[in-house]
Amino acid sequence: MNPTLYAARLGLARGWIETRHSLTNPQDLGWNLFVVTVFVVVLLFQRDSTVEGAAALPLAMLTLPSILGMWVAVGGYTGAAGTLAVEREDGTLLRAKAVPQGMVGYLVGRIVSLSLITLVTLAIILVAGLLLLPDLATAGGSSWLVLLWVPALGLLATLPWGAVVGSLVRSPNTAFGLTMLPIMGLTAISGIFYPIAALPGWVRGVAQAFPVYWLGLGVRSGLLPDAAAAVEISGSWQHLQTAAVLSVWAVAGLLVAPAVLRRMARRESGSTMETRRQQNLQRTP
Amino acid sequence: MGAVDAVAEVRGLRMRYGPRDVLTGVDFTVRRGEVVTLLGPNGAGKSTTIEILEGFRLRSAGEVSVLGVDPARGDERWRARIGVVLQSWRDHGRRKVRDLLTHLGGYYAPYATPERERPHDVDKLIETVGLADQAEQRHGTLSGGQRRRLDLAAGLVGRPELLFLDEPTAGFDPRARRDFHDLVHRLSDLEDTTILLTTHDLAEAEQLADRILILAEGRIVADGSADQLARQASSQAEVRRSRDGERFVHATPDATGFVRRLFAQYGDRVADLEVRRASLEDAYMAIVYRHERALEELSAR
Repeated sequence: MNPTLYAARLGLARGWIETRHSLTNPQDLGWNLFVVTVFVVVLLFQRDSTVEGAAALPLAMLTLPSILGMWVAVGGYTGAAGTLAVEREDGTLLRAKAVPQGMVGYLVGRIVSLSLITLVTLAIILVAGLLLLPDLATAGGSSWLVLLWVPALGLLATLPWGAVVGSLVRSPNTAFGLTMLPIMGLTAISGIFYPIAALPGWVRGVAQAFPVYWLGLGVRSGLLPDAAAAVEISGSWQHLQTAAVLSVWAVAGLLVAPAVLRRMARRESGSTMETRRQQNLQRTP
Repeated sequence: MGAVDAVAEVRGLRMRYGPRDVLTGVDFTVRRGEVVTLLGPNGAGKSTTIEILEGFRLRSAGEVSVLGVDPARGDERWRARIGVVLQSWRDHGRRKVRDLLTHLGGYYAPYATPERERPHDVDKLIETVGLADQAEQRHGTLSGGQRRRLDLAAGLVGRPELLFLDEPTAGFDPRARRDFHDLVHRLSDLEDTTILLTTHDLAEAEQLADRILILAEGRIVADGSADQLARQASSQAEVRRSRDGERFVHATPDATGFVRRLFAQYGDRVADLEVRRASLEDAYMAIVYRHERALEELSAR
């Protein structure tokens, strides 16, 4: 068998094992629980307010799908940057480099595990949300097809960019800052916790250039009845535009990421890792 | 290039970081089956040298050949023939010992040859490095010494023809260090594995190596067995003894002859006899010091 394909297969197994470890690890579980709790609290507060022009839907019902959309970007972008930065520092990456075709296995494994972990978190948030908002399940808008392609394309649009950030930074803390802050900023202007129509035009323009807005819109379109599209910018779900914007980010990311990853991997060595680690230790006493 | 049985050949290797020359012309050969130690003070360029040979770092100038291939152009087939153990791995904390070794070994399977089965039988390997009781333990729960043995196992799982060890026992207690040395001896005997390791620990170099290369100020300043280096540094031996309660020290190139004459002359009155040859440590200090002073004089001119 071709060694590259063989390594890719090992990577699939690796991704599955990493996912299982993450789902049984108390730290990761605690983090998931924390995230879900925060969102549930938000939804609880929003349960009684309604949005004008949205067929009298409670605000919480708009927010739940928006959160799911945003979380695709968090899982892909922040997740990839964070794990890559951590695994450059602890030597996982160097170990992969020391093994023939190890990088292929590492990358396939990470793409699989980051995607699966993101999807599992989405499922947990969705289930918790449905318990809180049982009306959502019977609102009649659910489209499984949309709920498949939007997160999948969203991961493609965000994960490579996370890998780029993770390749360029010198410490996991920087990776966290460079990914979490932009995501939070974009979340604030992308109509995740409140319909975007309330924002000034130029802010809406900025938001529409990035994946977070389109991911929120996409998941809303997959879970809400069509009447809810009335509160959106154009009064419709804009599936074509959603696919187009996410695809542009995906294609650009997939063009940039391999080169940046290759450059980073080429430069990685035991002593550069050690130097970086020492510097990071000094910065965080 | 060079001898037929050479596993690694280095000629005129230079490395420059910005304005600083770290390696200024390193030459050495590692032959099949040898255990060679690269010894030198901190910052002498040991890790840089070994990283260039591992293909992890690009050199500034010079010729390097590892298993007949330039490491800068080594492909995955070449990668499968070498093993690497670094000083600072602490990865895969959640994986279990057997599970990770099996996974890593998997990558070597396509590179098996009739003469060299790849990968190693993982259970036997775990046994060899003494982790049988920890096979189902997660990495994060291993002690420092156990982790290093796991690193060694990971470096060996592809049955490498050449194994690189960078400061293998840094941070070990004396007992763990002794166990590790025993293990390296067994490996070089058992498998047809050539080993190149770096250390700044003299005792370790003396313990492990068939041959020691001393790296100082960016070049190899001595090359030989611990014995040869000691002799090279000083042909004199020190004879200490006491006579009628008074202590004497005498340095001589011919200690045996001197002692024979001593007894012929004084007989029973000679006590507390001690003949001390230059140790590797004396040799090391002399060689490194001589070299540093020569450089200082050069730059003072």
